[in-house]
Amino acid sequence: MTQKYRLDKGGFIKRDKKISFKFNGKKYFGYEGDTLASALLANGVHLVGRSFKYHRPRGFIAAGVDEPNAKVQLYHGAKTEPNAVATEVELVEGLIAKSQNCFPSVSFDFGEINNFLSKFFPAGFYYKTFMWPKNFWYKIYEPIIRKAAGLGVAPLKPDPDRYEHKFEYCDVLVVGSGPSGLASALAAAKNGARVIIAEDKSRFGGSLLTDEVTVGNKKGKDWADETIEQLKIMPNVVVKNRSQVFGYYDHNMMVMFERTKDHLEFPNKYTPRQRLWYIRAKEVVASTGSMERPLVFGNNDRPGIMLSSAAKEYLRVYGVLVGKKPIIFTNNDSAYETAIDFKKNGINPIVIDIRENSESSVIKEAKNLKIDIRFSHAIANTRGHLRVNSATIGKLNEQKTNYQSLEDISCDCICVSGNWTPTVHLASQSGNKLKFDENINAFIPNQSRQNETTVGSAKGSFTLKKSLEEGFNKGFELSNKITKKNIKSAIPTSNERSNGKQNKFWCMPLPKNKNYKRCVDFQNDVYVSDIELAIREGFRSIEHVKRYTTLGMATDQGKTSNLNGLQLVSSIEKKIVPEVGHTTFRPPYTPVTIGAIVGREVGKYYRPTRKSPIHAWHEKNNAVFVDAGLWLRPRYYNQGNETLHEASKREAFNVRNNVGICDVTSLGKIDIKGSDSAEFLNRVYTNAWMKLPVGKARYGVMLREDGIVFDDGTTTRISENHFHMTTTTAQAVNVLAHLEYYLQVVWPELNVNVLSTTEQWAGAAVAGPNSRSLLEKLFPDTDVSNEGLPFMGFKEADLFGVPARIFRISFSGELAYEINVESGYGIFMWEKIMEIGKEMGIEPYGTEALSTLRIEMGHVAGSEIDGRTISSDLSLDGMLSKKKDFIGKRSLNRKAFIETGREKIVGVVPLDKKTMIPEGSHIVVDNKASLPNPKLGHISASCWSVEYNNPFSLAILKDGKQRIGEKLYALSPLKSKSIPVEIVSSHYVDPTGERVRS
Amino acid sequence: MLEIKCPYCGKRSQNEFSYGGDANIKRPELGKEISDSEWDNFVYFRKNPRGKHSELWHHVAGCRQWFKVSRDTSTHEIFKTSKLNEEL
Repeated sequence: MTQKYRLDKGGFIKRDKKISFKFNGKKYFGYEGDTLASALLANGVHLVGRSFKYHRPRGFIAAGVDEPNAKVQLYHGAKTEPNAVATEVELVEGLIAKSQNCFPSVSFDFGEINNFLSKFFPAGFYYKTFMWPKNFWYKIYEPIIRKAAGLGVAPLKPDPDRYEHKFEYCDVLVVGSGPSGLASALAAAKNGARVIIAEDKSRFGGSLLTDEVTVGNKKGKDWADETIEQLKIMPNVVVKNRSQVFGYYDHNMMVMFERTKDHLEFPNKYTPRQRLWYIRAKEVVASTGSMERPLVFGNNDRPGIMLSSAAKEYLRVYGVLVGKKPIIFTNNDSAYETAIDFKKNGINPIVIDIRENSESSVIKEAKNLKIDIRFSHAIANTRGHLRVNSATIGKLNEQKTNYQSLEDISCDCICVSGNWTPTVHLASQSGNKLKFDENINAFIPNQSRQNETTVGSAKGSFTLKKSLEEGFNKGFELSNKITKKNIKSAIPTSNERSNGKQNKFWCMPLPKNKNYKRCVDFQNDVYVSDIELAIREGFRSIEHVKRYTTLGMATDQGKTSNLNGLQLVSSIEKKIVPEVGHTTFRPPYTPVTIGAIVGREVGKYYRPTRKSPIHAWHEKNNAVFVDAGLWLRPRYYNQGNETLHEASKREAFNVRNNVGICDVTSLGKIDIKGSDSAEFLNRVYTNAWMKLPVGKARYGVMLREDGIVFDDGTTTRISENHFHMTTTTAQAVNVLAHLEYYLQVVWPELNVNVLSTTEQWAGAAVAGPNSRSLLEKLFPDTDVSNEGLPFMGFKEADLFGVPARIFRISFSGELAYEINVESGYGIFMWEKIMEIGKEMGIEPYGTEALSTLRIEMGHVAGSEIDGRTISSDLSLDGMLSKKKDFIGKRSLNRKAFIETGREKIVGVVPLDKKTMIPEGSHIVVDNKASLPNPKLGHISASCWSVEYNNPFSLAILKDGKQRIGEKLYALSPLKSKSIPVEIVSSHYVDPTGERVRS
Repeated sequence: MLEIKCPYCGKRSQNEFSYGGDANIKRPELGKEISDSEWDNFVYFRKNPRGKHSELWHHVAGCRQWFKVSRDTSTHEIFKTSKLNEEL
């Protein structure tokens, strides 16, 4: 295929590098440097998609991020990308793209029936239509709407690409590399500031690429190229293209989306696909330019109708004619440049100008070129199904309410210009309350709330001279605040065409008795009639009109449509635009891939993994791991074809009968030192700590100030002013922050220091009746007898030359010890214990067996300390000191805490002694009662008691111990279970605690 | 994301810190007899002002020091940060 609409020369594409690509299954050619849009237009393809609601044929409107129509699906399979904007997709060999929202094809789309039925689908039709019958919603309406809604198709497979995050700091971030951006960056950089300049497109220069101007006696583009080269070699400047700064967040945190890979034919294997930059900039210069607004007229959304600036960009940057019989339709002078460019390339355009006359230099130039100009005229309607082929034009009457005469002229494209809208998104996101500028009929930034400065056409300065001045001045001013070097750059001279005044008229009247659709929002299919309807139905606030009609929503966020919508509302409501106000601009400015937002935090990098120093041994011995916060802990050690249930039963049974070993490294450990340490513990824990002897451990419970139990654990007095605290694995981090808060904020007078030592110690719990004889062999020089090391005793000892700490504490309820050594010796300790314990039948046990052991002992853990229970609910009232005050004590006489009928801990056994009770089951009196069945409590933890060889659960039950002996039901609607149960004591095994003291 | 000046470490991004609420709340002295409403005010009730607010922040992923911040709750402007024993 030849590129019939490509000029023989011109543009900045590389004509020696031909590129093939596929669109809707058909092969085309373009050149390196093309976008998908410019390459398609070079091949004469305008029809790219179907509109969202009515499936009307649509073509390209813009040449950049403002494009509302040309959303395409790229590639397929895991790499597929929906809603890619064809004007932003760079052409690369083998690119595959297809149209979205059409079936079976873009030129023949069944969905177009909606267009013929459109009077049944006005704005808000789905709010009114699908109300009844109620049961139709799930089965009929919703599936149909779901199928019809949306644009592209999301990939169903994991993203194969890699994405990166980057954090950067700079003095001045310049967003946009048009004349004002380049000027700001150059001035700031020369003044010694650290500068980042970001350009969304692949080429730098912005309007300098397309405008017939000179800067410093050079062509605009040459000056831009030279300036960029100059910036690139400066060590204090980062120059980035293909980088969209899409968000302005608090304290000048800017987020930028860089496309690093998709445009490369042979990317390096280590290149990420995209990169998200978090840039903390001291000053931000928004030189984001402006966007042309469309004019609104009958059937203004046909393929071939586009912005005049886009036509000029396709011609000047890509050497592409968007048509050979163009009509230029405008209310201002800027469109004449497009007409002149057409003319200079041998194409005769017709200019339709709403204004009565204009005498600026650009119009004189057009007249000299003998361009056909029709003043006081407008386009009333267009024709052409898949591509515009004619326009109905007419002379406007004086009030511009109707046409004096109408005639059809044939065309193959219409280039429209409704003047320019400053791109104020970043300023608005920064908190800048915009103001309406009557002269340009658009909003511009007002007072900056952060260190944001908008320059150039983004603040309505539409001449090159002014843009350059603002850029150089602001670049110097802002950088000088930081560097104070006073190096001022000279502002180069510039030459440009002068433009006359625009006419604000933008929405063409309908000829009498005609009801043509006039499109305001192309992406969302919002027409003039929809906005009129919304106002007729009583929607007044622009935010409500937006949501009712969907004006300005979806992926383009109304870049081309917002202001026209506002103007329409204000003209219907007879208000001025600033009174109507504008909808809020929110980040992201352009769509950002989820991959870039997530970055490297996928799979196992989603969050850090904490492993004990003994982890490798567990792996080698068939441990099955479970997440415990960030920690990976062995859940059980698999032998043969065991199930989890069988393995944990075996392991727990071995602890009760021989000896087991469990890795308890993940328990939180906090080192507490200082002369007031005992006093501090006395305030933090509910029980007494002042008289704890050196070499002794004590169990403690901490409350929150509201009286709820916060955490529990043992703390050991290593020496007079030195304690070793343990916390649960889950709360380790929170307990440390809690202690720090009280020490720094509440009681700074206490002389205490706390430090997390969780990772400094490797811990092993050795539990079971054989544990003492094992310790005797592990520590032959240390007296570990019941007298030498009694329950809750502590000793420092020597483990074959390694210093160790022995704590005689027990979570399993058996005679047990916890041995700590420095982390680096963890594996040595573990293997030594396994080796020596072999003859006593030692076996490792995981968290599942650990749970079994603690549940049947009635020891509480996280499932009982659930943020709702107080000490007495957990039978820990004995731990509450009456003699001293402590954190949370004052809350304990709250009415709700002293009332009878609180839910308290009990044990639960199924009557059949066989059925495991699902955790979370509700306990009720009557299993057949009508719903809602009054709930007495819930099952907090369940296990298979190895002591009694039947299921046993803990429950938090209303009136708790008073119900011991009662027969109730445990109901689990989730598992469809109704289990008759008996309430028993929560201390199911060894209620007097003989074993731990034996 | 806010940028907060830790009085010990200097300016850092918000994700290094955790918020600790109103800096003017004083915990009642231990062992002191106080009314239910005084205690309730300490445990539960907080003002939610629009505008200037003195608050505590904890540099959890840094020096682990608590400190005071004067911040505008609607604009996020930070007027000053100080150590606990300094005037804000």
